[in-house]
Amino acid sequence: MSSWITTVDHKRVGILYGVTAFAFFLLGGLEALLIRLQLASPGAHVVSAEAYNALFTMHGTTMVFLAIMPFNAAFFNYMVPLLIGARDVAFPRLNALSYWIFVFGGIFLNASFLAGTPPDVGWFGYANLTSKQFSPSHSVDFWLLSLQVLGVSSMISAINFIVTILNMRAPGMTLMRMPVFVWMTLVVQFLIVLAFPPITVGLIFLLFDRYFGAHFFDVAAGGDLHLWQHLFWIFGHPEVYILILPAFGIVSEVLPTFARKPLFGAPVVIYSGVLIGFFGFGVWSHHMFAAGMGPVADAAFSIATMLIAIPTGVKIFNWLATLWGGTIRTTTALHFAVGLVGLFTIGGLSGIMHASPPVDLQQTDSYFVVAHLHYVLIGGSLFGLFAGAYYWWPKITGRLLDERLGKVQFWVLFAGFNTAFFPQHYLGAIGMPRRIYTYAADAGFAFWNLVSTVGAFGIALGILLFMGNAWRSLRAGAPTRGTGARWSGGRRRRRRHTTSTRSLPSSPATPSGGRNMVARGSPPPAPPRATIFTSPHPPTGPSWSGSAWPSWRWARSPISRS
Amino acid sequence: MAVGALTHLAIVIAGTLVTVVGAFRLALEHHRTPAHEHQVGSLDLDHRKVAIWVFLGSECFFFGTLIATYLAYKGKSVVGPEPHQILDIPLTTISTFDLLMSSLLMVLALAAVQRDDRRQARLWLFGTAFFGLIFLGFQAYEFTHFVREGLTLQRNLFGSTFFVLTGLHGAHVTIGVVWLLCLWLLDLRGNLRVTDAIKVEVAGLYWHFVDIVWIAIFTLVYLIP
Repeated sequence: MSSWITTVDHKRVGILYGVTAFAFFLLGGLEALLIRLQLASPGAHVVSAEAYNALFTMHGTTMVFLAIMPFNAAFFNYMVPLLIGARDVAFPRLNALSYWIFVFGGIFLNASFLAGTPPDVGWFGYANLTSKQFSPSHSVDFWLLSLQVLGVSSMISAINFIVTILNMRAPGMTLMRMPVFVWMTLVVQFLIVLAFPPITVGLIFLLFDRYFGAHFFDVAAGGDLHLWQHLFWIFGHPEVYILILPAFGIVSEVLPTFARKPLFGAPVVIYSGVLIGFFGFGVWSHHMFAAGMGPVADAAFSIATMLIAIPTGVKIFNWLATLWGGTIRTTTALHFAVGLVGLFTIGGLSGIMHASPPVDLQQTDSYFVVAHLHYVLIGGSLFGLFAGAYYWWPKITGRLLDERLGKVQFWVLFAGFNTAFFPQHYLGAIGMPRRIYTYAADAGFAFWNLVSTVGAFGIALGILLFMGNAWRSLRAGAPTRGTGARWSGGRRRRRRHTTSTRSLPSSPATPSGGRNMVARGSPPPAPPRATIFTSPHPPTGPSWSGSAWPSWRWARSPISRS
Repeated sequence: MAVGALTHLAIVIAGTLVTVVGAFRLALEHHRTPAHEHQVGSLDLDHRKVAIWVFLGSECFFFGTLIATYLAYKGKSVVGPEPHQILDIPLTTISTFDLLMSSLLMVLALAAVQRDDRRQARLWLFGTAFFGLIFLGFQAYEFTHFVREGLTLQRNLFGSTFFVLTGLHGAHVTIGVVWLLCLWLLDLRGNLRVTDAIKVEVAGLYWHFVDIVWIAIFTLVYLIP
């Protein structure tokens, strides 16, 4: 047990990330259910107005920083070294450090409940609501310090993964041979490294304002409140790509496997991911159309925002083309991946709607935006993460999840999610504002809010089903055969699938590195360092010139590097 | 309230401890874990060198944001003193020259370590740190002087932006000085040989970066009227 606390093995750190993120995810989910209960009927008194403010703030902050980001980190940690043939990450101890800083940051943020002053200013913490004058308690202090701590964790791990991916690829693993998931991981790490400094500086300004009487967000002293909004959203918009791109990577692995076809236009999928990351830095002010920046800035950011839909649409069409004409196996992972393609498209389309300033001025701060962001974050990120969970579960645990229960879970989650959030488009369109703790009975919001609350409990049921499935699998699930490469079992066109981990030994018995796991007695296998790639294509041709992507497979090399 | 304060304090202390211990264990990782010894990867670069370059990329955005804020708030203060009334360009030119020269010493230090010249390595490493300390001395004098003249963090927007920007730069110099003194101690104990030149190189990259940032700050804050 204590070896889990001192572990520096990337697989174990990955599992720790996943389990911890799931705990925080349940916490954030409970907060969401309380929010929905309060809004289920007009004039309800489930929670007070103050508690409601704290709930939506903590729900947002928890889901972004303590659930989805660390879920992604779990897959980065577990899968990336395996997928590129590295023995571990570049800095194993630093990796453990970033996990533990994340844990402390998460506990610190939630300790605000114990202190009786949970943050209640929204996850974006707009100035000057966060000033000492308007938030005299420690609520904002908890929020800003824990965000600073979590930022350190993300930064350390991002640097670690950039070095790992660029510098620890096995011989033969050229950049364009890397699986799309690894590519998306790389893009995300660059986004973290470049997007976190502005929020760090913004939080430092806020800290100086609150503790030392500086004037950064003090209008009376000549300060400009837009400064916070700019600093926050320069971080905040790349942040949404930090949340979604790993899911895009997972889907790009899952769909080809179960369509038994190579990923259509794989290099284009990679380029479009890089382009999304690049454009992601040029669109932040579309969160601020209502702030009054003037026609030139509005037009520029509106055009940039519409442009970013192009690489995103490219991905959607590539996924559809991958499925087209494939020999599809309708596994649970495929259900979730296809679910992402459909639901993210809905969320993406409503996103293009608010890219237009005149439309946005009608929709901003309404439930329409709430519907949009949940379609991209649940329908996008969470569905992608579930696809990854079902896809890689056998690799990680050596056991299978129940496929029938998995499909039930998918349909419960899918139905619950759409019931909860589709009506919110309508609620927003008829004028229901965000962040209100209740509404009048004659406002016409009551019926669809009730529907939405019922849907939220459907989502909760879907999550419970997953927990039940995971529990059953760990207790008595069917073990995987051999390498744990459950999904490569296609009899035909074996090499054309994309599960590049399939020829690596399954993990539970054979750690890929790290002292703690080797010490458990099983003889360590030849390290992946000794694996090279063999390509069925002539060595001169780029691996994607043919029809197969990726066209390499792992092979044991008789030679060992260094 | 008391519980909240205690939780607050305990977590801050625990977090600090974890960070310090983690940082030290990272520093020792290379020595203790033979499996981690091979740090040169597929780019033919040392992991630590790639890591510091990525970190410096991030630092560009960090200082870029600070400088952008200073420029955006320039001339927006509702009360004095104004920058041109208080900034002492000749004095800061001397400290800027001192910091620039420290980069030269840094290069000499790296060259000395690379050819295993222990005596010179020791001299130049300490010299670089010493020049950094001189710069910090100038900054301490400047800050004290400004506060006596009435320019504080709380005085006006210029005070807020100026002290946070140059103060965070000073913090970076301080970290660099501590880093260099650590290397100097390693050298005194005979633990800085040719094979460890990468450690000096990484510290040097950081030091040169901090130096370059100061050139930007000196130009944009002091020289531009």
